Amino acid sequence: MAPDNLPETTHGDHTPVATHEPIPDPGLPAHQWRPTDVDPKAERRAERQVASLFVLAALGAVGFIASYVIFKVGDNPDTIANLGASNLMLGLCLAVTLLGMGAGMIQLARKLMADHEIVEMRHPAASSQADREAAVDILKTGLDESGLGRRPLIRNTLLAAGGVLGLLPVVMLRDLGPLPGDKLDHTIWDIDTWTPEMQAWWTTQNRTLQRVVRDVVGTPIKVTELEIGDLVNAEPEVMFAVDAETKQPIVEGTQLLVDKSKAAVILHRMLPSDIVSAQTLNWSVDGIVCYSKICTHVGCPISLNERTTHHLLCPCHQSTFDLADSGRVLFGPAARALPQLQLTVDDEGYLAAKRDFTEPVGPSFWERG
Amino acid sequence: MRLLNRPLGRLSRHRRGPVAGLLVVLLGLVLTGGLYAAFSPASARENDSAAQIKSGRQLFLVGCSFCHGSNGQGVKTLDGNQLGPSLVGVGAAAVDFQVGTGRMPAVQLGPQVQQKEVTYTPDEIAELAAYVASLGPGPAIPTASDYSLAGLTDAQREEAIARGGQIFLTNCTACHNFEGSGGAMPRGGYAPKIRGVEPKYIFEAMLTGPQAMDNFSNGNLSVDEKRDIIAYLQSLQDNPDYGGFGMGGIGPVSEGLFAWLVGIGSLVGVATWIAAHTARTSKEKAES
Repeated sequence: MAPDNLPETTHGDHTPVATHEPIPDPGLPAHQWRPTDVDPKAERRAERQVASLFVLAALGAVGFIASYVIFKVGDNPDTIANLGASNLMLGLCLAVTLLGMGAGMIQLARKLMADHEIVEMRHPAASSQADREAAVDILKTGLDESGLGRRPLIRNTLLAAGGVLGLLPVVMLRDLGPLPGDKLDHTIWDIDTWTPEMQAWWTTQNRTLQRVVRDVVGTPIKVTELEIGDLVNAEPEVMFAVDAETKQPIVEGTQLLVDKSKAAVILHRMLPSDIVSAQTLNWSVDGIVCYSKICTHVGCPISLNERTTHHLLCPCHQSTFDLADSGRVLFGPAARALPQLQLTVDDEGYLAAKRDFTEPVGPSFWERG
Repeated sequence: MRLLNRPLGRLSRHRRGPVAGLLVVLLGLVLTGGLYAAFSPASARENDSAAQIKSGRQLFLVGCSFCHGSNGQGVKTLDGNQLGPSLVGVGAAAVDFQVGTGRMPAVQLGPQVQQKEVTYTPDEIAELAAYVASLGPGPAIPTASDYSLAGLTDAQREEAIARGGQIFLTNCTACHNFEGSGGAMPRGGYAPKIRGVEPKYIFEAMLTGPQAMDNFSNGNLSVDEKRDIIAYLQSLQDNPDYGGFGMGGIGPVSEGLFAWLVGIGSLVGVATWIAAHTARTSKEKAES
């Protein structure tokens, strides 16, 4: 045996090692033939089977082309059992083709291809000792000839260059910024944070309070229009502001989506006697309460409300908030109460926001602690 | 008179004919039926509501008063829970929805009253509705013109469906799923599937807010907006699943489960088949 305990007979070639076995090798069991090997009838049957699978595959491909030609797509597509006929048949035909080819090949390999059993002995995975020593020699020679060991100036400057190179991706993380500042603390309900275009539109309105309007249609809401138990999905009115001259919306594009994802609210009217907390009562109008629609857990829009209990449920992780009690968390992973918007009625009798939310809406973030 | 007498006399000659009796009876029947049809409903309609309320109250006392009280005032249990809510002011629409879809009369208390076979006939439902509507002002049963798109041009229809879709996705999807397939609610409740429900009942459900559902009164969503929502739901039903089998549209969880269980499951099956042992025989191969 060599000093590193490797068998010596494996140098270079990969011949199996002849070792002494404590128990005599019983040898391999006798080969058992497949029915297709011994019975010519079975062989012919298997042949037909494989051939029919391949023919089926060919038919599938032809069917694919036929479906492509036959079935109408577009505005008034053909249907089969209320499913789009083209998509359905293209998919089914392709499936038949691929499945037929695959199944045919597997059957061919298992039943008809040659059935030899082959023995391959295991051999050591490591390279021979000489190869390993040669590799170490090459490395050593390289280190010597480069002279890095003898010239510390070159070595150190190379290390410094490598280190600075490593800093580059870190510097590029700067692009994740700029930091949001106090943007997360305010929503579009706060008129002071508006862009100049929005401010210009607001001066044409001659009002001081921003109305709460119905989502999608943008109509303002009178207190008398809502019955006990009504739920309204609402938005700040500036979302629906339209430029008087160009007839174009003033808030649009990315800005609209960002603002909407923070400013969306729900209105719910309940019996004033059902309201529990003093804040909720004070910030409501005749039993109409207004809350942020954005869950304080991870920011899903929530409007699964139970009229009978005034519990608002988030569909994502089942956080439940009590609309009668300052949006208190009743259940689920949310850590903060749902922010309430202080409601009031403007001069013309429409529901309006007294001011912005007094706390950031949506999920918690780092600076909030 | 002589002018009249002559044809009458001629007619009178046939009065003993073999079919004369039959003809007279037939004439009598047609006249009675025709006159009844012409006058009777009109006269009945005049005291319609009073009579309806009266018989509605009889039905109510037998079928509903146990939970809702003999005057529809609601019944509280001893521990302060509500057995049946007050029906004062819920209106005819609520009765038509609850009884018309078979939710009421409830057979057992539970997280949610189940929909079952309708117990009352349409006439009885109308009587019950008239009685409950007489208890206090509330929403009336909507008419077909409230929720049908009849009389709109194709362009207006398309616009209505598109707007209805947006309103639906904003107001209804949270509970009823984006295709109206329904969904789970807290404590064993659920929002029912609303595809394939009669437009009248969808309208009434929005109007009255059955069970734990919020209401969407006409001041909240206007009649036209409700009509658009219904048109959108209808269009979901009419449009084919162009992309293929939609699996009931209950959302990504069901689709993921299908992919994992059926898709990957069948791949495992095929892999097992590929690697399985081939059939072997004990026969020896004939040496050729």
